[in-house]
Amino acid sequence: MRYSSFSFFIGVTLTTGFVLVALLAPFIAPYSPYEQDFYNGLAGPGALHLLGQDSLGRDILSRIIYGARVSLLVGFVTVFISATVGVALGAVAGYFGGRIDEVIMRISDIFLSFPGILLAIAVMAVRGPGLENVIVALSIMGWTGYARLARGQALSLREREFVLAAEALGAGPLRIIFLHLLPNIAAPLIVEVTFGVASAIVGEAGLSFLGLGAQPPTASWGSMLSEGRSFLLIAPHLTTFPGIAIMLVVMGINFLGDSLRTALDPKSKKVIRAV
Amino acid sequence: MKTFLIRRILALVPVVFGVVTLVFFIIHATPGDPVEIMLGETASPADRDTLRKELGLDRPLVVQYITFIGAVATGDLGKSLFTNKGVAESIAERYPATVQLALCSMALAIIIAIPLGVLAAARKNSAIDTGAMAVSLLGVSMPSFWIGPLLILVFSINLGWFPVAGRGGIESLVLPSITLGTAMAAILSRLTRSTMIEALDEDYIVTARAKGAPSMTILFRHALSNAILPVVTVAGLQMGALLAGAIITETIFAWPGIGRLTLQAITARDYPLAQGCVLTISLSYVFVNLAVDIVYALVDPRIRYK
Repeated sequence: MRYSSFSFFIGVTLTTGFVLVALLAPFIAPYSPYEQDFYNGLAGPGALHLLGQDSLGRDILSRIIYGARVSLLVGFVTVFISATVGVALGAVAGYFGGRIDEVIMRISDIFLSFPGILLAIAVMAVRGPGLENVIVALSIMGWTGYARLARGQALSLREREFVLAAEALGAGPLRIIFLHLLPNIAAPLIVEVTFGVASAIVGEAGLSFLGLGAQPPTASWGSMLSEGRSFLLIAPHLTTFPGIAIMLVVMGINFLGDSLRTALDPKSKKVIRAV
Repeated sequence: MKTFLIRRILALVPVVFGVVTLVFFIIHATPGDPVEIMLGETASPADRDTLRKELGLDRPLVVQYITFIGAVATGDLGKSLFTNKGVAESIAERYPATVQLALCSMALAIIIAIPLGVLAAARKNSAIDTGAMAVSLLGVSMPSFWIGPLLILVFSINLGWFPVAGRGGIESLVLPSITLGTAMAAILSRLTRSTMIEALDEDYIVTARAKGAPSMTILFRHALSNAILPVVTVAGLQMGALLAGAIITETIFAWPGIGRLTLQAITARDYPLAQGCVLTISLSYVFVNLAVDIVYALVDPRIRYK
């Protein structure tokens, strides 16, 4: 099996699977994610609780199922916000050029000067923990990638005949950006958005792991991992299963993004000889 | 080259200025009174006034900003609210540990990534390629905050090969370096594969093959030496990301670096220390990127003539 078809199959299966799990959580979770059973705290996997119970006796499987809602919600909303802001600013910068381009790109440079999670941590420190703030922090961190992508594409497209023709016919800048430029950058944008969802999910889990994201009793994979770390010696299942969930969903989305990139990039279809 | 250097350094000035400004405003955007957050609600008004004056928070924001810029320019980052130690001094103590960890992780990533990427490219679309790329995607998908505890569980708790936490001899570096370097190894192996595939399609490879050069020579001397440049660049750029990524790894392994110090400062609301740490990490990132650009221009003349 070629890598691209293999990755597409795995990607679609895992991503669809997790989206369904998140949507159907109330129907498929065997227990409430908040239901406590103190007498069986830290119990290992068994027939009644397939993945075991946490320190408060809550069912880990149910918390992982509900945790998918948190992860995917943060992933999709963050990407929606950062892609909308980033693409709009990038397309405007690329289309108009000159001072507007200079200002937008310098602001983007400043944001890019903050390595990934550091900016999110700093923003979380200011705004306090909580999922809404996680989304704000990750969106502030993520818009620059989309802006650079949209700008680059807009720069190369604005001199093309179809844009010049639209201008000659009297189309305004907004019409050109939305109807002529944006549809043409859809392919690389889809790939970027796919990887963006994966990195937002990891970002949320990371912030929750550090205690800055979702707050108890919300079921979040990152905070479950963080809690599990304290019981690593006596109850390793607390750490293992939420980690597997994060890995599978991120891997699924990455595989999907990878195969989309191959499918949408004409250069990658070129036949290359192996030595 | 001189023009390139001057241009590149001049372009850095607004970025550095912007970073310092953004750090100032992020920290000062804290809702509520920072003094109350630091001292708690029970503190007396006199204590609050003293701290406010000490931190310069009684002055207008613009004045605070100008003072901050001046202080940063002279390397004075203030004092920690809890230890009363100089922020610059605390950072200087912790910084070498983070650099050591980042360098080891990078070395480990390169040692794994380049052979894996070359192998995958040489056997493109084979089972080896699919396997190598699937493994690398797995590496990107495993978050450090999961790999770390798992490594501790297996290699420290069960096998007892490495210490659970802390910074000691070389053995204490192994697990944190793997934790921090795994994602990097995955990224670099994928990049090596794609640049190698492009290089292997060049005419000089056909010529070398026509002249009967052995496969290994073609792969390593002809293809890799041309394909390695973007890999080295990305590796350099990722060095800055490693410094920030160390926040999580250092927290897991109780590694006494600047990443852990940052998180401690943020959770304790030690705001001069948090400000200093965030500023140091982001400026390190900016300067590492500058160094990579300069090295790249030195190696590849096409860059400096652009």
